[in-house]
Amino acid sequence: MKPDTDLIPTPSQTVGPFFQIELTTDEHCVRCIAGPGATGERVWITFRVFDGDGAPIDDAMLEIWQADSQGKYNHPDDPQPTDPEEGWVGFGRLATGGDGSCLLETIRPGCVGYDGVQAPHLTVAVFARGMLKQLYTRLYFAGDPANDQDPILSHVPAERRETLMAKPSAERPGHWHFDIRLQGDQETVFFDV
Amino acid sequence: MDRLTTPAIKPYYRPAKDTQPPSLYEAYRATTKRAPRRPLILLPHTLSEITGPVYGHEKIGEKDNDLTAQHEGEPLGERIIVSGRVLDSNGRPIPSALIEVWQANSAGRYKHAKDQHPAPLDPNFSGAGRTLTDQNGAYQFVTIKPGAYPWFNHYNAWRPAHIHFSVFGNAFITRLVTQMYFPGDPLFEFDPIFQSVPDEKARQRMISKFDLETTQPQWAKGFKFDIVLRGPEGTPFET
Repeated sequence: MKPDTDLIPTPSQTVGPFFQIELTTDEHCVRCIAGPGATGERVWITFRVFDGDGAPIDDAMLEIWQADSQGKYNHPDDPQPTDPEEGWVGFGRLATGGDGSCLLETIRPGCVGYDGVQAPHLTVAVFARGMLKQLYTRLYFAGDPANDQDPILSHVPAERRETLMAKPSAERPGHWHFDIRLQGDQETVFFDV
Repeated sequence: MDRLTTPAIKPYYRPAKDTQPPSLYEAYRATTKRAPRRPLILLPHTLSEITGPVYGHEKIGEKDNDLTAQHEGEPLGERIIVSGRVLDSNGRPIPSALIEVWQANSAGRYKHAKDQHPAPLDPNFSGAGRTLTDQNGAYQFVTIKPGAYPWFNHYNAWRPAHIHFSVFGNAFITRLVTQMYFPGDPLFEFDPIFQSVPDEKARQRMISKFDLETTQPQWAKGFKFDIVLRGPEGTPFET
């Protein structure tokens, strides 16, 4: 039961076409989640966002949230006994450019081991003009052995899991690609959170 | 999925029916190519959802919450003071919440390369600001009232005057981007973005209220705008 004090949450409205003047200025973009001291495997992820025509979306904003290389979130409600790494932020914010892409530098997160072992993943929120509210998805790393046991992935129909997999670049070690398709045959899995 | 449910993971309330806009709202044309067509997959709340970026030590400049003081001269327009509190749906105030705002100038023009509406830019107005809520969840901005502006969604389309708000609560899933409107705007009934929220009470939540108490004589009108984020289940605010 909801308490009597229940208040209706404020509705979401689109971020619109002009968010860059505050949210993703040079100062407020976070293109690198991991400070120079962060341990773990450093990775570079190129995101691309596409609309229902398969056209790149050049005015989207992505926000990323993830655990450090030990699977620890930088947040007081994470009850795992380790401390987050010194200087670890875990939050990134990027604007897509003319080709619908943006590049994130981070550390491959560890398994989040507390509430059932979750495979390494990034939570991704997508905002744009034409989106009345943000959409949430997850990025997993293709080929990670922990994926097979991940409780969230197991909840996603097998034929759609591929849309949540970042693919390693064949040419550049440490580089990954992740496409977000808002519609179409390969529509990305989005979550009702 | 049961193994994900542990005592330490307090899930958040999910929004009641019709209190949030749908992804697809055809009257707002751009949604037709940008809304997923497949049903979303229900996600139980895990650590990844109930955590999120927490602020408090974020660098906030002295003039970041006064949009009228960021340049040599004063911007043109009607000076206003926007204040309120950030609460969760249990009525609990959210301290140290980062609020970011952006808006058009008094002529209805954004300082953005893509805004080509033939209204003047104001050299004394950038239209962007940020602040943190205090221990009681309270915040305040000083700015000028933005103008309405035309857009291309449909014939003779005008957006009601609004200030964009971006708010971080305690969890990544309480993240909110919204727009604050002004009371009595005649454009509400024609605006598909405002109208996309089906529930009347929820729509009212987006409209600020004129407030004589925070109005400063001979200087600026006050508007109150409280922001409510989803709260965690089972923690009603005890008074």
